[in-house]
Amino acid sequence: MSILINKNTKVMTQGMTGKVGQFHTLHCKNYANGTNCFVAGVTPGKAGQSYEGIPIFNSVMEASAQTGATVSVIYVPPAFAAAAIDEAVEAGLELVICITEGIPVHDMLRTRYKMQGKKTLLIGPNCPGLITPDEIKIGIMPGHIHRKGRIGVVSRSGTLTYEAVWQLTELGFGQSSCVGIGGDPINGMKHLSVMKLFNDDPETDAVVMVGEIGGSDEEECARWIKSNMQKPVVGFIAGITAPLGKRMGHAGAIISGGQGGAEDKLAVMEECGIQITRNPAEMGKVMKHVLKG
Amino acid sequence: MKIHEYQAKEILRQYGVPTPRGSVCFSVDEAIAVAQQLGGPVWVVKAQIHAGGRGQGGGVKVVNSVQDVGTRAGEILGMQLVTHQTNANGQLVRRLLIEEGVQIAKEYYIGMVIDRSKQRVVLMASSEGGMEIEAVAAHTPEKIHKIWINPSSGLTDAEADTVARQIGIPNSALAQARACLQGLYRAFVEKDAMLAEINPLVLTADQNLLALDAKINFDSNALFRHPEIVALRDLDEEDPAEVEASQFDLSYISLNGNIGCLVNGAGLAMATMDIIKLYGGMPANFLDVGGGASKEKVTEAFKLMLRNPNLRAILVNIFGGIMKCDVIAEGVVAAAREVHLKVPLVVRLEGTNVDLGKKILAESGLPIISAGDMADAAAKVVTAAKGA
Repeated sequence: MSILINKNTKVMTQGMTGKVGQFHTLHCKNYANGTNCFVAGVTPGKAGQSYEGIPIFNSVMEASAQTGATVSVIYVPPAFAAAAIDEAVEAGLELVICITEGIPVHDMLRTRYKMQGKKTLLIGPNCPGLITPDEIKIGIMPGHIHRKGRIGVVSRSGTLTYEAVWQLTELGFGQSSCVGIGGDPINGMKHLSVMKLFNDDPETDAVVMVGEIGGSDEEECARWIKSNMQKPVVGFIAGITAPLGKRMGHAGAIISGGQGGAEDKLAVMEECGIQITRNPAEMGKVMKHVLKG
Repeated sequence: MKIHEYQAKEILRQYGVPTPRGSVCFSVDEAIAVAQQLGGPVWVVKAQIHAGGRGQGGGVKVVNSVQDVGTRAGEILGMQLVTHQTNANGQLVRRLLIEEGVQIAKEYYIGMVIDRSKQRVVLMASSEGGMEIEAVAAHTPEKIHKIWINPSSGLTDAEADTVARQIGIPNSALAQARACLQGLYRAFVEKDAMLAEINPLVLTADQNLLALDAKINFDSNALFRHPEIVALRDLDEEDPAEVEASQFDLSYISLNGNIGCLVNGAGLAMATMDIIKLYGGMPANFLDVGGGASKEKVTEAFKLMLRNPNLRAILVNIFGGIMKCDVIAEGVVAAAREVHLKVPLVVRLEGTNVDLGKKILAESGLPIISAGDMADAAAKVVTAAKGA
């Protein structure tokens, strides 16, 4: 088992005819069971065409009705990406993964408001996507660094997630699912919501949680872990050396008004029983120690 | 993106928020002319830089004659203004705001930010105007009143009145307070702001509300739809290296250390800085080359880092996913040749086509120090920086 997606998931790509959408859809289609998973693309005005054998539809509603796809991945440019999420939510999809980086924050505020009371889950934006190794990959992560196994990974970053995954794989620990929740200040699923799914997943034994400066997402997750989590969690927070008030690449990575600092997050996580490390080269080693110790 | 106080006030006036009369000046002569136009008896000379704490640093003066406006303007223009938000050298003052002085009866604070966990715009208001809101939050949090604003209804009349009463604005000024609060909210949303503050909002002796100081920061992601905001950008207030980096689509931030870092991805870039410190070094910069680094981009990144006179070594840390290690290796070799690299270079590659990438580095004939993992890379670059 896994969380959120598996080899039977049916996915559509919104923005499949753009350069980025084409590139990644092809890589996802070629990963594991991708040929059966990636069943539709959506680009308004291009219905009837196809890409790599994947049919294109004018709308999410049509694509869903025709192919049974319940999940969407979005590569639409930033100015139009929030509207693409809205369309997927209105069509009643189960899960939307928005890869797009650079969406205006106020657009996301409006989109999240409209999502209240709707069943659709959102991952991202500004995220690498998620993968269940050897079954399905939805997003831009390199598939070959993953290995099937029993460790869950949840992270706000892209390449730092790959780093964590690679350390696990090198040490012989495969992954159940890896979820990149994205680096934007206003996003969908948080560390906490993903952590709950890993806790309930019988095929996940432990979780690596990678955070970064900004906001209080990691602290909220840590407090939940303290009283509810049944599995060990290893944690790292990027940005101990980050200066105040500067945006560190990710729109959400900013320490403002003295809040959101890495040391504060690490202190709360440690207090809540998470095995933290300050060394990003040792996320895998700490997990090994936790599981073997 | 940040703007100056006088620009923030212009925006607020467009949204019906009253401010003192005044104008921006670039010279002493202009300052005197503006002061004469405004008329007395009291004027305020305010340094315009993108940092707070200007008053304490000596950048804000209240004067009682046009002659004194000229004297003070002469002192402040061209000074290196040091505040708790600038670096130790301070920021050169190139612009002044000359305003009419007002008689202050009471000071308040109103501000807006985006609450990430509630995913709403939050209005914060306090009776403790003129103080930094962080200090109020730390010492007397009960004096901060908050309203999380529903995006479909906006800030309602009832909400505005409630918060105005909570912070002690007298009934006679409630209508004005409503205009200020709702104007601030409309400006915040329509201009895609990330932070907007009026601190202090003052009640004058004749019972009028005025925005005495104002600060607005904007969402860089939304600038594409706000050419009028982009036009307000003052590049003199920004780090030249960061401005240059943005032209090449590189995300760069100058830091105080001596080890340059070139990394793909923001999270990994921060983690690379962290591990350098953990191994006893100090990073000279944050630099994210992004997902699609070309040879040109890598070369520009090297040039940027090398402009720092303190630089003693460079660490390249790439986790190749979409970006292939052989492509980045070629970029690194070409860049090192083009800039005639004199400082030690440590390269750690992992991911797609890693073996090919390492081979390119090894066969380049350049003295590149190859590293196995992040820990190895950090240890090697810290040693190299100490030896250089």
